[in-house]
Amino acid sequence: MEWLSGKIQQRRSIGLSLTYKQQKRWLGFLFSLPALILLFTFLILPVGLAFVYSFMEYNMLNPDGKTFTGLNNYARLFQDAVFFTALKNTMYFSAVVVPLQCAVALGLAILVNKKVKTAVIGRVFFFSPVVTSMVVVAILWTFLYNVDSGLINSGLNFLGIPDQPFLLSEGQAMNSIIFMSVWQGAGFQMMIFLAGLKDVPETLYEAADIDGANAFQKFWNVTLPSLKNVTGFVLMITTIQAFRLFIQPYVMTNGGPSDSTKTLVFMLYENGFQFRDVGYSSAIAVVFFLVVLTISLILKKVLKQ
Amino acid sequence: MDRKAKNKAKKLALSIGIVLLGILFISPLLWMIVASVKPETLIFKDMGLQSLIPRQATLDNYASILFDDSVNFLRYMWNSLFSVGMIVLLGTVVNALCAYALVKLKFPGSGLILVVIIALYVVPFESVLIPLYVVVNSFGWINEYPSLIVPFIAEAFSIFLFIQFFKGIPNELEEAAQIDGANPFQVFWKIVVPNSKPVFATAAILAFVTHWSDFMWPLIVATDDSIRTVQVGIQYLFTDNNIEYGQIMAALTLTTIPVVLIFLFFQRYYVQGITSSGVKG
Repeated sequence: MEWLSGKIQQRRSIGLSLTYKQQKRWLGFLFSLPALILLFTFLILPVGLAFVYSFMEYNMLNPDGKTFTGLNNYARLFQDAVFFTALKNTMYFSAVVVPLQCAVALGLAILVNKKVKTAVIGRVFFFSPVVTSMVVVAILWTFLYNVDSGLINSGLNFLGIPDQPFLLSEGQAMNSIIFMSVWQGAGFQMMIFLAGLKDVPETLYEAADIDGANAFQKFWNVTLPSLKNVTGFVLMITTIQAFRLFIQPYVMTNGGPSDSTKTLVFMLYENGFQFRDVGYSSAIAVVFFLVVLTISLILKKVLKQ
Repeated sequence: MDRKAKNKAKKLALSIGIVLLGILFISPLLWMIVASVKPETLIFKDMGLQSLIPRQATLDNYASILFDDSVNFLRYMWNSLFSVGMIVLLGTVVNALCAYALVKLKFPGSGLILVVIIALYVVPFESVLIPLYVVVNSFGWINEYPSLIVPFIAEAFSIFLFIQFFKGIPNELEEAAQIDGANPFQVFWKIVVPNSKPVFATAAILAFVTHWSDFMWPLIVATDDSIRTVQVGIQYLFTDNNIEYGQIMAALTLTTIPVVLIFLFFQRYYVQGITSSGVKG
């Protein structure tokens, strides 16, 4: 009898624990289902479709005329002078913005990490352009860059420098966008650097003090090496962000003058939603994705060393 | 003594330097706010430092942006607040549930799903823009609210954020509740959720700030004036030549206020969201 009740007890407990486990499985399935359905419909499916459409002739104005045309869109793309201009502009923007913005962000982070009372004010001020959306900032700076009545030209005039065309000139438009973008975005990376600086052990600086290191030596030998991982991450996200450049040229220059601020994403938008050319635009999207992927893989490899 | 005094002077110079640099840094934003409360005739008359000081302050610009029947600004604001609010509300729930399922309720296939979600994170949104438009269009959602909301509810990064947090919850907590006779749902609802308020706050704020400034997608799916979001709509406030600069600056300022409020009241979570995005690298 005792043996039997012991067996029942055991069975019961096994049975119970099994049901709990089973309950967990079902609940897990149930909990993840909404996210999985949404991710499939609005991310995985579109990724697949981008590839499929890129091999098709497909215009939104003629949705029934879809036909597979193999590599036609890609062939067209690599013969399109605008594509190479857009690629060059995107690369130029990234190559200038990434080091500049990261350096400014690091400088600001070091500044507001100092133990002075106004450091908090500095943090808020340097961060405030980030709080302002890119569209707002772009509209605002279009006025600031204005040739006749802009604040920047009036400031330059005050210093004895003649009016500059800024957004209206092929040579200055992209650089004007770069300057504004660094100003808008640096506060974001500053916050990440700041979090990294807080983790640098104070003892390292004290040791450097004892060795008689000056401020630059401390920065070069203590701060920078301690921020290695953070810097790598910041470089990565800034680069990917830079490649996605769209709002600034859309709002400020409409890609001009003479395509000097046309970027890959701008071209993608233009072909997809102004010319309604889904096939061609998808080919640009695939190439854009591969470019971003390649750059981030290269960066990852370089940064690991 | 001398060294102490020197140190103090150095600190004072640094404090003042930070403030001056900070003011220079935000002078474009100051100009925006100051111009928004100026009478139109003074905006471009005042130059240099004068342009940053309102000699005559007025709220007329705000009044006309908000109350003129010909200006749809309030409609744009509402569209943004509603669609972003829904993303935040539904998104935090859906992503939290998914993350909890993947970390704590492991079921067959959950490991693979986790890998797929991580892989999805590298896809830049722009490269799915066109096919996403085709998908949303096939649902008949163009110029309808769902187009602004539904595609952005589930988000890989938000799922990560929750995963990182849930991983830190000790299993003993669950085991203790299990012994007390709680089922897995009760464990989640009564123990995990009340202990996870910070991560919910961070995820919600991050989603709000990100989608508040969304531009490209609303630009293509919300072309009807009645559904335009504010980021797209402010462009249309000054395509017609009648609109005045002061009003534009008032509109830009108002557009920024929701994020400023979040920054002021939830600074800790906001900054946590930014820096936690630094952890995952």
